[in-house]
Amino acid sequence: MPKITIIKGTGIVIRGNDIDTDRIIPARYMKEVTFAGMGKYPFFDERFDENGNRKAHPFNDERFQGASILVVNKNFGCGSSREHAPQALMRWGIKTIVGESFAEIFAGNCTMMGVPTITLPKEEIDELMDFIEENPNHEIVVDLTNNEISYAEDKATFSMKGSSRKALMEGTWDSTRLLLEAREEIESVAGKLPYLTF
Amino acid sequence: MPQNLFNKVWKLHTVRELPTGQTQLFIGLHLIHEVTSPQAFQMLREMGLKVLYPKRTFATVDHIVPTDSQSRPFSDEMAEKMMQELEKNAKEFGISLFDVRDARQGIVHVIGPELGLTQPGMTIACGDSHTSTHGAFGSIAFGIGTSQVRDILATQCLALSKPKVRKLAINGVLGKGVYAKDVILTIIRKLGVNGGIGFAYEYAGTAMEAMSMEERMTVCNMSIEGGATCGYVNPDEKTFAYIKGREFAPKPEDGSFEKALQYWTSIASDRDALYDDIVELDASKIEPTVTWGINPGQAIGISERIPAISSFSKDEQMTAQRALEHMGFKEGELIEGKKIDVAFLGSCTNSRISDLREAAKIVNGKKVAAHVKAIVVPGSQQVKKAAEKEGLDKIFISAGFEWRGAGCSMCLGMNTDRLKGGQLCASSSNRNFIGRQGSPKGRTLLMSPAMVAAAAINGKVVDVRNIL
Repeated sequence: MPKITIIKGTGIVIRGNDIDTDRIIPARYMKEVTFAGMGKYPFFDERFDENGNRKAHPFNDERFQGASILVVNKNFGCGSSREHAPQALMRWGIKTIVGESFAEIFAGNCTMMGVPTITLPKEEIDELMDFIEENPNHEIVVDLTNNEISYAEDKATFSMKGSSRKALMEGTWDSTRLLLEAREEIESVAGKLPYLTF
Repeated sequence: MPQNLFNKVWKLHTVRELPTGQTQLFIGLHLIHEVTSPQAFQMLREMGLKVLYPKRTFATVDHIVPTDSQSRPFSDEMAEKMMQELEKNAKEFGISLFDVRDARQGIVHVIGPELGLTQPGMTIACGDSHTSTHGAFGSIAFGIGTSQVRDILATQCLALSKPKVRKLAINGVLGKGVYAKDVILTIIRKLGVNGGIGFAYEYAGTAMEAMSMEERMTVCNMSIEGGATCGYVNPDEKTFAYIKGREFAPKPEDGSFEKALQYWTSIASDRDALYDDIVELDASKIEPTVTWGINPGQAIGISERIPAISSFSKDEQMTAQRALEHMGFKEGELIEGKKIDVAFLGSCTNSRISDLREAAKIVNGKKVAAHVKAIVVPGSQQVKKAAEKEGLDKIFISAGFEWRGAGCSMCLGMNTDRLKGGQLCASSSNRNFIGRQGSPKGRTLLMSPAMVAAAAINGKVVDVRNIL
């Protein structure tokens, strides 16, 4: 797995608390057996009307095409455990999400896909959102090594779940191999679980 | 030192501490369904891995299955393809599958307990956020993403950060017409949709003890709507009696049930166990509760008015404003009296036999209002069969409800059961998110099954206490 230490790119903003995974990807677009096509769907119902006409939305806005750093408010990704939601964002082009806070399952899914979710206080999120909307072409740098996000003259120190940061930086975010290393210990725990021997 | 159930179960299932600081946790029971598993099996193939403990994973189909006609092939080509994919994966990797032809099929969180798969002191995981339902039995049950489904298939383990444990002491007696659904909606309303982030919830107190297993499942089911990692109730005699005799339960004949009882009893929270947080709630003060907004925390008692935007913190005003716009409601209005278009009885929250019985009591001998489309979707084929044996199907059908096959149906609109346009739906499900029930403009009012039944008959939201 590649080590993820620094992410550079332009930004895109989705405002509002409690943006749930049904809004990120409505369930009826999950009727596929792979994630390959999910990049078409982020915020689909908010981007297109019933007849498929484009509505005003940051993900439709020409100025934000090619953006890779998504900035959000509080409790982003609440609701369903569907990995389709972060997959849709990632396959659209998002490489990291900066927010006030994240729902747990959503953040865990992001880490396992190699997409850091990092948090900043509300005031700094507001500043960053305003900056991106005024400067859609400006590069933003997210540096996991120093817990620092920088844009123009501004720099902010972000927080991040320690285990996620470590996994991303050390390239162990795809956990299957890591877990499988402990094959003997797995068997030993299984052997001691009362309900496996009833 | 006295321990709570969560910490006991966590310790027993710990394989090792990972270099990242997370815990490698053994998962005793893994449940899968057609929507979040195909990609995981594909990843396994790409990595050249097998399923490590195929006997510890069980599959069923629920999310995409049609509930009008379940004959194969399904008329929806994509749904049929997803079915075939799961059948292929189950066969190739040696996993038991309860498909639509199997009398054991149903919503994954209904059939786990029903088949006796769900037991106290287990760790359980499923690629579905409502997995917390199984916590009603004193198990620790996690909703997970697809990459984690892959991890369990390959290693029977998850890499997890240990949450804190919050005890919710719910004491007192629920009033007439007040149900488990009202309890959990009230908890989410009070603690917020993100109030549980980083916590496992232990639901305790005399109100929880008085609940049946099915009621406890309803409470645990919506833990995730309050942001919690999982939710559970300590196992007791009701738990053991529910499990006894079920297909996958330990058997009294070979002595395994007795052994299981010892373990199940030992795993409950000790009397003086410590918690990271304790919240108390008076059950007698809870009213029939209905959501007015676009998340399950935006709820009020039936006698209350939709709150004013100014009553929210500045931070929450944007969501409240968005909610009123989407719902077409005004601050200060009553939720009682809102005219509904659709009534949906179903979902992993409230589609079990006791839910259908409560609803049928209200429907019995009456007619669904002429302008309302009303459907009942039993949670499993076994629930459907049991209901038909009691004649509940006839009560619903003669009242004008459609009587459907088992599945998730209109909870999330992956099959053809969807709201149209801006329809307003009285729903016994768990989420009132924008677009959740299959129409981008559709509107959902979450409430108990009895309240849904009362709304269907009256054509509008009413206080079920005035009918009982």
